[in-house]
Amino acid sequence: MPIQILGARLIDPSSGRDEVTDIYCADGKIVAIGKAPAGFAARQTIQAQGLIAAPGLVDLSVALREPGYSRKGSISSETLAATVGGITSLCCPPQTKPVLDTPAVADLILDRARESGHAKVFPIGALTRGLAGEQLSELMALRQAGCVAFGNGLANFADHRSLRRALEYAATFDLTVVIHPQDRDLAEGGIAHEGPAAAFLGLAGIPETAETVALARDLLLVEQSGVRAHFSQLTSARGARMIAEAQARGLPVTADVAMYQLILTDEALHGFSSLYHVQPPLRSATDRDGLREAVKSGVISAISSHHQPHEVDAKLAPFAETEPGISSAEILLPLAMTLVEDGLLDLPTLLARLSSGPAAALQLPAGRLAEELPADIVLFDPKRSTIVGETWHSKGRNCPFIGHRLPSAVRYTLVEGRISYQA
Amino acid sequence: MTLTDAKRPLQLNDIGQLRHFLSLDGLSRELLTELLDTADSFLEVGARAVKKVPLLRGMTVCNVFFENSTRTRTTFELAAKRLSADVITLNVSTSSTSKGETLTDTLRNLEAMAADMFVVRHADSGAAHFIAEYVCPGVAVINGGDGRHAHPTQGMLDMLTIRRHKGDFQKLSVAIVGDILHSRVARSNMLALKTLGCPDIRVIGPKTLLPVGLEQYGVSVYHDMNEGLRDVDVVIMLRLQRERMQGGLLPSEGEFYRLYGLTTQRMALAKPDAIVMHPGPINRGVEIESAVADGPQSVILNQVTYGIAVRMAVLAMTMSGQTAQRQLESEHAAKEQN
Amino acid sequence: MTLPNPEKLLPEMAAALDSHLAAHGISDPCFIGIRTGGVWVAQALLKARDQNEALGILDVSFYRDDFTQNGLHPQVRPSQLPFEVEGQHLVLIDDVLMSGRTVRAALNELFDYGRPASVTLVCLLDLNARELPIRPDVVGATLSLPPEQRVKLLGPEPLGLEYQTLAPAAN
Repeated sequence: MPIQILGARLIDPSSGRDEVTDIYCADGKIVAIGKAPAGFAARQTIQAQGLIAAPGLVDLSVALREPGYSRKGSISSETLAATVGGITSLCCPPQTKPVLDTPAVADLILDRARESGHAKVFPIGALTRGLAGEQLSELMALRQAGCVAFGNGLANFADHRSLRRALEYAATFDLTVVIHPQDRDLAEGGIAHEGPAAAFLGLAGIPETAETVALARDLLLVEQSGVRAHFSQLTSARGARMIAEAQARGLPVTADVAMYQLILTDEALHGFSSLYHVQPPLRSATDRDGLREAVKSGVISAISSHHQPHEVDAKLAPFAETEPGISSAEILLPLAMTLVEDGLLDLPTLLARLSSGPAAALQLPAGRLAEELPADIVLFDPKRSTIVGETWHSKGRNCPFIGHRLPSAVRYTLVEGRISYQA
Repeated sequence: MTLTDAKRPLQLNDIGQLRHFLSLDGLSRELLTELLDTADSFLEVGARAVKKVPLLRGMTVCNVFFENSTRTRTTFELAAKRLSADVITLNVSTSSTSKGETLTDTLRNLEAMAADMFVVRHADSGAAHFIAEYVCPGVAVINGGDGRHAHPTQGMLDMLTIRRHKGDFQKLSVAIVGDILHSRVARSNMLALKTLGCPDIRVIGPKTLLPVGLEQYGVSVYHDMNEGLRDVDVVIMLRLQRERMQGGLLPSEGEFYRLYGLTTQRMALAKPDAIVMHPGPINRGVEIESAVADGPQSVILNQVTYGIAVRMAVLAMTMSGQTAQRQLESEHAAKEQN
Repeated sequence: MTLPNPEKLLPEMAAALDSHLAAHGISDPCFIGIRTGGVWVAQALLKARDQNEALGILDVSFYRDDFTQNGLHPQVRPSQLPFEVEGQHLVLIDDVLMSGRTVRAALNELFDYGRPASVTLVCLLDLNARELPIRPDVVGATLSLPPEQRVKLLGPEPLGLEYQTLAPAAN
């Protein structure tokens, strides 16, 4: 259906375009920007004066919980929740049940996503079978079935040699590997950042070195194998500096961080609220500040929600017995706008970290607003606020930001030229 | 963006009285002193022929122990009985699946049977907070020990011991020795000593047994036992908790005893009238020499007596605070209606 | 109405007590004051009798009947009875007798120490407002007060009495 969006301030980070203009969409694409094409007859008009039109957000870590965890979420509910947050393309991690290590599971996910018709899904396949860190999955078959990258989550490899071989195999076929750096042995038994807060609360600690030791090893193996690597869910300032150093010496690695890691610290754990139980853990204020700086400088080129919805029972127990994760895809844009509100980033840079940056990291066909490209657009009002939790679409209400007021409000999310969410 | 979440402290009612007893964190010197004074009165009761007072008559105290303990459990039972309360004790063995449901369901069932107070011991830090906040908000929760986080009644009985044998905290030097990393007793003691104004709190142990961030407790750290014990007034020995140690923290009990064991020789480094304390049970020949544990400076057995009095004080004060809160809330509701 | 001066009442009370004890054949009783006012009155009374007896101190906080309404009194102190209660004649002294509940609590507590031979009750003031069948054996003075008024004992030396008006009840 032909749609025209009139009078929005269009910001497209990858081209540097920033102007108030009109956008014309038809057949799922943006057919023109600025002037209507000859013979264009809009069937729907969005009066977008005062709104910002940006590329639909690209979120590299959204757990959809299907197949296998229906109490926590479904592809339908979570892709819808994602569009509420301004997301039009998302990557789902391989921790499903069964694990995403066969084409059949990838097919199921993509079929469901298409049926639901909300945000577009680009699955990340399991690097090893069952995520057990031993045998490789059939990476090329998974790639054929639609997986855009491969990862092993926080689960470690059996040994360094297996990790090296997995990276080299992926490198052969130019596959991107997503690495979550955390050394299993150093993290053993820990549930919170090893710092004064965890020590005070008596929570077993995960030291910073669990991340940095793994990073050191992984960066060297990435370099040796020549694989394209994306480091996901950084938590430490030191880790961000190590990525920066690697980039500076020419290693083409990219990195992302969870949005909540840019706001929360381990001080939030006082009071033992399980809403702040996440893996990898919230670290110190110094780490948070270092991560924010890395986002500003572009060392970290992508911000994700790291969306992990849970049923109520998963969080209703003493801290160590609760499951880690925050449900926040549906507030990704307003939550991220706090970085603009705080003066850390300007708006185009923020939007780059949410769209073109993540898309480039995993080479996704997304994250840009330009003629001939899919009409994946988010329209938001920077002058309104969002009261988190007034409406809620995700199956998981495990979000510590519920009740808070965040800057900006998503008004429309279009996926392939179709209004997927309207406030 | 800052997240502020200012709530009334969970364990206090609207006028600052105890309504739960979860941890010593956030309790004022006045409140802790009041607790010690009340415990003194209960010690006197314990010296009489009839050791009961009718304070909690008609009320039901449930000891819910998710973690095994004979000592703490029996002293809480005794304390509740001496307050004339009815006592139920449940030893709940933890299963490895769906623990959260078991805990919530167990306690809600007990609440339905008109339990007025829970004394809870659990292997997870924060369990008592969780119960007080989410499970049965109207029932007073006493923390009998949660993971590594807190053992507030033990902390207070240790303080009563120190006060009765050594007097004013502000003049004392206190050493806590051993596995601080895994010890909820140590954490509660450090908080209590700091709040009560002890100017010289020392922790002594190898790096592997000390948590990070000890500065936040205002303590001095010693790795050399002989240095750390010099001229102290109180030595608190912690049990070397074998079952809680993962591999690799210490080479052997023998080496620990050689370096950190409280021997008669080492005791001579402390003040001549220094006292020796231990939360029990003692590992003779591992953290402490028998001669010291049984010697004239040891107040270890007294600690048990003080423990009953302190627990009586905690039960009484917390029940009192719950009652006061209910009173305040019904007065408030009555005002709202007019 | 002016309040009596306790210092003036004490000699009469001492004399009345002596008569009462003689009449009942009680010699060498032990004296107990109920904290706090009763202790002050007891100390003054013992001085007036010019005898150096040991004084027991009874704190009734744990025996009050209003725990469920009012909770624990914040200023609990240990009781101190430097003598055996079992088989002993006791003189129990309080400052102001109003509803009688304090004396009831004190009796319950005393009986947890042992079985006394007898208990003689001495009160400085009887406010004629009893809710329980408690009767003093020796009284300094009797008063009737309007509903919002109370009387407070000042002390320990010199002893004095003053009125206290309660705040009006919340509507």
